[in-house]
Amino acid sequence: MRKSRTLNLGTGTFVLLGFAALFFLTTQTTSRGLSFGSKPHYDLTAKFDNVGDLKVGAPVSMSGVEMGRVTKIGFDSKEYKAVVTMRMDERYNQIPTDSDASIYTQGLLGGKFIGLTAGGADTYLKDKDQIDFTQSAFVLENLIGQVLANIAKNPSQSDSAKSAPDTPAAAAPKATEKKQ
Amino acid sequence: MIEELWESTIESLVGLGSVVRFLLRLVAEVPRGLMRIDLVAQQIYNAGALSLVIIMLSGLFVGMVLGLQGFELLQRFGSEEALGTAAAIGLVKELGPVITALLFAGRAGTALASELGLMRATDQLSAMEMMAVDPIRRVVVPRFLGGVIAMPLLAAIFSVIGIYGAQLIGVQIMRVDAGSFWSQMRASVGLSDINEGIVKSCIFGVACSLIAVYEGYYATPTAEGVGRATTRTVVTSAVVILFFDYLITAAFL
Repeated sequence: MRKSRTLNLGTGTFVLLGFAALFFLTTQTTSRGLSFGSKPHYDLTAKFDNVGDLKVGAPVSMSGVEMGRVTKIGFDSKEYKAVVTMRMDERYNQIPTDSDASIYTQGLLGGKFIGLTAGGADTYLKDKDQIDFTQSAFVLENLIGQVLANIAKNPSQSDSAKSAPDTPAAAAPKATEKKQ
Repeated sequence: MIEELWESTIESLVGLGSVVRFLLRLVAEVPRGLMRIDLVAQQIYNAGALSLVIIMLSGLFVGMVLGLQGFELLQRFGSEEALGTAAAIGLVKELGPVITALLFAGRAGTALASELGLMRATDQLSAMEMMAVDPIRRVVVPRFLGGVIAMPLLAAIFSVIGIYGAQLIGVQIMRVDAGSFWSQMRASVGLSDINEGIVKSCIFGVACSLIAVYEGYYATPTAEGVGRATTRTVVTSAVVILFFDYLITAAFL
């Protein structure tokens, strides 16, 4: 009897430890947290000319506060645009309808995320609504290509003082381009 | 020469076939084995609880080495904060299951093989058959199940202790910021990484336990035969573990 008691104790402790470890791995080392079931949420979509390497699961934030995540990246074959579906937390349901969505990069080489900037309208976005104002991902290669093309076009000016304001000017429209 | 090569090829095919048949026989007996849950619990204790100390110690040191080496390497790129991610991914997907399985084969696999081999050598298995007790059902299946259940739990414990070991070195000694250590880990470790680790450790558990009980059950009934069965258990398990590790990693990519 004594022996079987210690045996049971040992087995029980081991199994408990094992499952505690599994629980720790799934909840503490991943971003899942303790999200059993789904929190109240609503979906928004936005069309982008270019999403770069935006991934499903990327955060959607406004003023740096995470408000949702990208759940789907599709393609609109009529407009040739990427359709990004975002799942927003129901707590943040007061986003003006004329807000705009841009794709930013976390750090210099980090992953992409969607940043929202609040507009001024007094109606709010609802489930299945679309964000109309978007700004594509900033693609470093395009910018470099543009700068190089610019230098190649006017090689005589490339090292003169005159081209200095020219290069950022050529780059700027691409970076701040806003599609309606 | 060619004759010999042919012979050995046929011989290894026969070996593989008998292992697979043995596995099928075990699987067929599993439902009945689960009815005698007390026997299985006893074996979970033998294979799991008794391996706990070696697993936890190894996990701690592997994690600490990972913290040290990872820090050294990441520091060159100025991204020490990624240490948490590197350690967690490395442990959960690769080191946890593989090292646990290797240790498991060494600690629990050899114990199983020598125990069964000795039972064979001392005619205990034949005695059971004489008493109309199926030794596979009574002796082998509980040991197999015990190993299969214990292995994933051991691997999870190994990974968790390892992550704490890496944190111990990285955060406490090398002064990596604790917040970014954990938050970067949480941001980049996905559930699929954890799944990969669990799938790996389950498959390793089946492979290790199967090899151990097979080698023990079919050991030559002599002192030398039992010794050879234990050696073969470790060698075969190690090779099979690393082979399956490659396969599963490739499948998950």
